[in-house]
Amino acid sequence: MQQEFKQSIDKALHNANLTGALGKFSEAYRVNRARVYEGIDFEELRGRIASLKGYAASHLVELSDQFQKNAEAKGARVFRCNDPAKVREYILKVAQDNNVRSIVKSKSMATEEIHLNPFLEKAGIEVNETDLGEWIIQLAGQTPSHMVMPAIHLTKEEVADLFSKEVDERLTSDIPRLVKVAREKLRPKFIKADMGISGGNMAVAETGSVVLVTNEGNARLVTSLPRIHIALVGIEKLVASFVDIAPILKALPRSATAQLLTSYVSIITGQTPNTDGSMKELHIILMDNHRTEMASDPLFKEAMQCIRCASCLNVCPIFRLVGGHVFGKVYTGGIGTILTAWHDNLKSSEDIQGLCIQCGACLEVCPGKIDIPGLIMEIRRRLVKEQGVPLLQKSIYSVVNNRRLFHGMLRAASIAGKPFVSKGSKFIRHLPMFLADLTDGRSLPAIADKPLRDTIGKISQPPGLKERAVFYAGCLIDFAYPEMGEALVKILNKAGIEVVFPEGQTCCGAPARYSGAYEVAAQNAVDNIKAILAEKADYVISACPTCTVALDHEFLATFQSLGQSTWMQPARDLAAKVIDFSTLVKRLVDEGRLTLKEGEDLGKITYPDSCHLKRTLHADQPPRELLRRVGYEVTEMFECDICCGMGGSYSLKLPEVSAPILQRKLKNIKDTGAPVVAMDCPGCVMQIRGGMDQDGAPIQVRHTVELIASRLKE
Amino acid sequence: MFEQFKTRAEAVSAEVHRFPTKAAAMEFIAQFLQNEGAADKPQHYAVWAKCPFLDGVDREPLARVSGVKFNADRQLAAEAHVGISQVDWALADTGTLVQDATAIDKRLVSTLPWIHIALIATEGLRADMPSWLADADPKQMGYLSMITGPSRTADIERVLTIGVHGPERLIIIFVDELGGTR
Repeated sequence: MQQEFKQSIDKALHNANLTGALGKFSEAYRVNRARVYEGIDFEELRGRIASLKGYAASHLVELSDQFQKNAEAKGARVFRCNDPAKVREYILKVAQDNNVRSIVKSKSMATEEIHLNPFLEKAGIEVNETDLGEWIIQLAGQTPSHMVMPAIHLTKEEVADLFSKEVDERLTSDIPRLVKVAREKLRPKFIKADMGISGGNMAVAETGSVVLVTNEGNARLVTSLPRIHIALVGIEKLVASFVDIAPILKALPRSATAQLLTSYVSIITGQTPNTDGSMKELHIILMDNHRTEMASDPLFKEAMQCIRCASCLNVCPIFRLVGGHVFGKVYTGGIGTILTAWHDNLKSSEDIQGLCIQCGACLEVCPGKIDIPGLIMEIRRRLVKEQGVPLLQKSIYSVVNNRRLFHGMLRAASIAGKPFVSKGSKFIRHLPMFLADLTDGRSLPAIADKPLRDTIGKISQPPGLKERAVFYAGCLIDFAYPEMGEALVKILNKAGIEVVFPEGQTCCGAPARYSGAYEVAAQNAVDNIKAILAEKADYVISACPTCTVALDHEFLATFQSLGQSTWMQPARDLAAKVIDFSTLVKRLVDEGRLTLKEGEDLGKITYPDSCHLKRTLHADQPPRELLRRVGYEVTEMFECDICCGMGGSYSLKLPEVSAPILQRKLKNIKDTGAPVVAMDCPGCVMQIRGGMDQDGAPIQVRHTVELIASRLKE
Repeated sequence: MFEQFKTRAEAVSAEVHRFPTKAAAMEFIAQFLQNEGAADKPQHYAVWAKCPFLDGVDREPLARVSGVKFNADRQLAAEAHVGISQVDWALADTGTLVQDATAIDKRLVSTLPWIHIALIATEGLRADMPSWLADADPKQMGYLSMITGPSRTADIERVLTIGVHGPERLIIIFVDELGGTR
């Protein structure tokens, strides 16, 4: 990662105003968003949006033609252009041809994309942003940090300072007063402007209409008072039919600002009268700027379904810490990472793609049903393909792909780590020098003296068990938490299932895959498939959701991405048998094959969802039901399904981002007052147990498997 | 449907009234303008955009109010305290008004003054946007406005503030006897 980029993250993390404002907003957003979607079938709604936007993305030329024809029939002039420079020149020419001296703008990300304001100003034209947030950042000389709320990174005190200079009067941070100042100051600019520039939230091919969605009323003034109106619209805003606006108008305000509808929606179809009785000159620019290329890409085509609501920013655990400016100058957050890779180029997203922790929170709320984390993974894969894996990572992967060497090194680490293991504990609390960040706020688990692969054979399993399960342990359980594996064997044996541990199993490949090193991940997948399928078994069980997802989904997906067909069928055969620990055990209990000690009051427990278990495997309920069944009172914590900050190797690559996410999680756990916290992922255990160790709170951090194993009926 | 509309519109800070007759609505408006201090001087005008409501209505109650203008041009609208226009539909599920605002005077009186009074025929109520879309033909309307509550912003620290560039009050008056407006 570039030094400069690391510094921008550091600066953002130390900006208390920023993290305070964003933190408060993101907490409120989740609650308010849920409220406005009450009674609405979100899956159905976003299915419709994805399909109508997907249709438009695959008929761009046809819809642009139709739009042009219909808008021109109503007196608009339509300019279609791929090149941002030509768009700027076109706008300047219209302005110069009409002796335009002053322009008012309503908020438009497309104009930000082409850096229009400085271009027009250089030509001697006065440009005034009129959206309050945009005007604030214009006065501050900044770029938007959020596509819906451009000035969310600034406090009222900072705004008061900016406005004070503008009106030559010392203003206090009284927000209603500041808003009035903006009204008073901008009203004359609306009145005198010769040209209004807007964006467009939708462009309807069937009618040639441009739809504008706003709250302040500035877009109504921008499109009504000046004698010329230019609407700059990205072609991803095209929809085929007028009726298509309904589902988008249903989702956009709800997802963007948790409103049922914004104060104003304006639908402009052709020329309208000016105040002097003449007809308004209306120019609509349909801008491509790599959108057609994006729509032609079999995977990234999906990103054309974006309706620019920014909900992916609002739910992102990283965005709320670092804000938008870390991402760059135009589009920020998850979708911004993808758009930057296309509007700019792949290389531009090299640093920012690394910010994604792959928790999947954005995918869950995206009204365009865009697999944002999946597309960011694809960016990683393409970056690695284009530029190769960084040297350090390359050497790590060459080890990971050699199981004997990899496991040998982990064993060596058990010994090498000894000096750092705190006495009488299983934690590494401090690491020297450049590794110190890794133990900042979180202790690391000591590597076990004996990995599970050495001890599991010594467990005497009862003879004559009817079923057989392959246990896929994953590196953390194998080498750091073998006791979790032993607990799992105990439970399955009790239910009449023999557990086998194929020696040849190795890393699931997730670390490589999440870094874009798909070839490495594919080799891991092949090694594991061979080892696991060599055993006859009824189930393949894992107590690590990340490993489960790898076995269940990602082996196949990796082969598909690489076009390696040989191993696809075996990957499918394997996936058919894969099941996560809690889902299987819940089933065994329901079928009466496993009896748990019930009826005792074990007190309060809280349960943070592991991202992969909840959002990919949709298995967030079975562990809770098991815990309740054995006598725990499950007390839900605030934001139970927000990532703990572990993200596999993420916490090693960006420990400074991971740490504050963990702190938030620890606080939410402690606030429940529960003395025990359970989770289904050894990665979350590593993160949260290590955090609690340094925090000192007397809270036990356990994997569900350990808690259930101690409640088996004899 | 009216009750749902009222609840939703009030939830976004609009004020909703309903009268059986045009005469009763006119009386209410006259009283309202008087209370707001309408006067024949800049910043105190009440500008009224051309609309079917005004056809054949007895304007007598307005005699006691000064500063009411029926030629809503740019200058007057910019100097008005109250703007009055008629809208065409209302969507119950979001508390939204829909107006064919192709005529510029309708937009001037609903954007520039501090208060916008919106008149609507009760028959113009629709359940939601899809049922309105079934009736509407945007090709016949150059500028369609949907209005849901007064102008608002939350651009400074996410604090909701009413009345940025548009009206800070939206008064909605349903009139039963207005019949269909289109």
